[in-house]
Amino acid sequence: MIRSIFAPLMVLLIAIGVHGLVGRYDDGYWINQLTIIGIAIILAVSLNIVNGFTGQFSIGHAGFLSLGGYLAGSLLYYGSVMFFQTRPEPGFFSFTQPFDRMDPTIVWWGIGDLFFLCVCLSAGLFAAVAGLIVGLPSLRLRGDYLAIVTVGFGEIVRILIESSQRQVPLSRLNRADGWDLVTGWGSAMGFNYIPKFGSLFWVYLFVGITILTAIRLKYSTHGRAYLSIREDEIAAEAMGVRSTRYKIQAFVISAFFAGIAGALTASSQGTINATELAFMKSLEIVVIVVLGGMGSVSGAVLAAVVLTYLPELLQAETFARYRLILYALVLIFVMILRPRGLMGTREVWDVFRRRRGVQG
Amino acid sequence: MTTLFIQSLLDALTLGALYALIALGYTMVYGVLGFINFAHSDVFAIGAWTGLLTSSLLGLSIVMGSQTVEPRGWEIFLVIPAAVLVCGLLAWVIQRLAYAPLRDAPRLNVLITAIGVSLLLQNVGQLPWVFGTDPRPMPRLIENPLLFEIQGVQVTLLPMLTIVAAMVLMVGLEVLIFHTRFGRAMRAVSMNPKVASLMGIPVDRVIDGTFVLGGALAGAAGVLFAMEYPTVQQPASNTWVLLGLKAFIAAVIGGIGNIRGAMVGGFLIAFLERFGAAAQQFFPGIISFDTTVYRDVYCFAILIVILLVRPAGLFGRSVVEKV
Repeated sequence: MIRSIFAPLMVLLIAIGVHGLVGRYDDGYWINQLTIIGIAIILAVSLNIVNGFTGQFSIGHAGFLSLGGYLAGSLLYYGSVMFFQTRPEPGFFSFTQPFDRMDPTIVWWGIGDLFFLCVCLSAGLFAAVAGLIVGLPSLRLRGDYLAIVTVGFGEIVRILIESSQRQVPLSRLNRADGWDLVTGWGSAMGFNYIPKFGSLFWVYLFVGITILTAIRLKYSTHGRAYLSIREDEIAAEAMGVRSTRYKIQAFVISAFFAGIAGALTASSQGTINATELAFMKSLEIVVIVVLGGMGSVSGAVLAAVVLTYLPELLQAETFARYRLILYALVLIFVMILRPRGLMGTREVWDVFRRRRGVQG
Repeated sequence: MTTLFIQSLLDALTLGALYALIALGYTMVYGVLGFINFAHSDVFAIGAWTGLLTSSLLGLSIVMGSQTVEPRGWEIFLVIPAAVLVCGLLAWVIQRLAYAPLRDAPRLNVLITAIGVSLLLQNVGQLPWVFGTDPRPMPRLIENPLLFEIQGVQVTLLPMLTIVAAMVLMVGLEVLIFHTRFGRAMRAVSMNPKVASLMGIPVDRVIDGTFVLGGALAGAAGVLFAMEYPTVQQPASNTWVLLGLKAFIAAVIGGIGNIRGAMVGGFLIAFLERFGAAAQQFFPGIISFDTTVYRDVYCFAILIVILLVRPAGLFGRSVVEKV
């Protein structure tokens, strides 16, 4: 009983700790960086559930990210007017800026925070339903069909969002006719002026939940089934593993977290742009997963941190130009020299355990 | 209405011929090695760029919107072989360096490597001292006289030439695969590489040959594409990715691994795209939204339908996997 509560409680405490400490002492740079890194971790760990655990190959993760982001954006932008008449002020936990800019009368936990939690979950569910629709036809089949269907899915989402009409400024929106205006939100500039709720607390809360889910999944019955499908689908099926069902399950879980990552992106940056979330974005997440090790949760986290922060650290013009060439070479060489990625299926703690000579 | 119909038909035939040529490259590699060669669309893009660079080497180039030298007619017989040569060689190099070391690796690894190669070609091509990041206009290689006119649609030489050239290449491939020793070896390898090698077929050489063949077709298609749609986008442009995806979908629809299926699939996708885009004009009262915007969506929809109804494709037979 205590053990099962312990980890979620730790996640909550860490999220509060990160939010409190960084918000208290930072001038805004680290809040931004840590948000981007946190979202990259959610994306990498969730994609790892499909690409690493079940050995399927999805390259449309950015599509789910866009779906979640645009749904969350619409809910926050139009919904807050519909439900609250005005933008609900974020409480302490949803405060996205350094604390010295905080209004001293701020509430600890407002109705807006609860609203944002609901928005995140609905963005996740929306992406999960999309994942089910994409996964059902393509995961029944063996082979690489998922790859091509997910690429197509990502492109369709991008085209549909880009071709929808321009957004309506908030000033023209009132409660009487508000609902009619929700139809169009696409433009070349992206979807802007989304109310900001995505604070470090929320980002790291969901980072923790994603990592916890992935690790618990990996060592559960379901996770064993995923791994068996990856090793040999025919053998797994012969042992009574219902492969289609498990593959779809993994895919839907992965899409769910990608949708939440979209909601966090939209509400932490205040803007989301489907044009930027095209095929290249999906590929970047794939590179993180492959580099970190397909099937290793901690490897994915490490790779996400390194590959997101490295370009920031080496902000030279030349590096930006050669970054993708470097990624491509890394992909090819890792595949030829270390076929399971740098970490393989092992976790960081497995490496240390072996070094001490204790076999788990 | 008839004008629109014939215009769409002509467009679809031209585009379909190009899709079919690219789809053949995908389907041949899939038939022999069983993975999606993601780098194929980039080889195609490099074919188009080779065509452009060779023509400017021959003196044909576009400066300030007008062509410096009028085409003399024989350039095309140098430009297309140059692109074919470069792309065939490139495909061979890719196969040797990236795919050959992974012959016995899991399929997922080969797929990821293919994506890596694709990424590499795109971004190296994008460097300022290779092709650069700006789209460039393709000079005219031949005059484009009016051939005839049906129902107000002017049919010029270029689309006709594209269709005919593509047809000739496809017939050539058909002869090569079904009526020569190499073709028989290729079909044997695609059925079962282990048994084929026991029968004395040099599997490695056959696989190399398949890649060279696919690359050469992509090179020819690249030049034809650049002549038909004379703005050559930068190598990392979305255009190439989408083209490659559609060609791959064409291969899947025709039954992946099936040469004739890929040809039919290419035309099918092109028809769907062109007539889907014009649907609003065909049924003005019924369809109220702008159908041209969703041009690229239709083929993905048909892919989903095919995967649900006939996963083996229109002409493929479903194979039961045995252990």
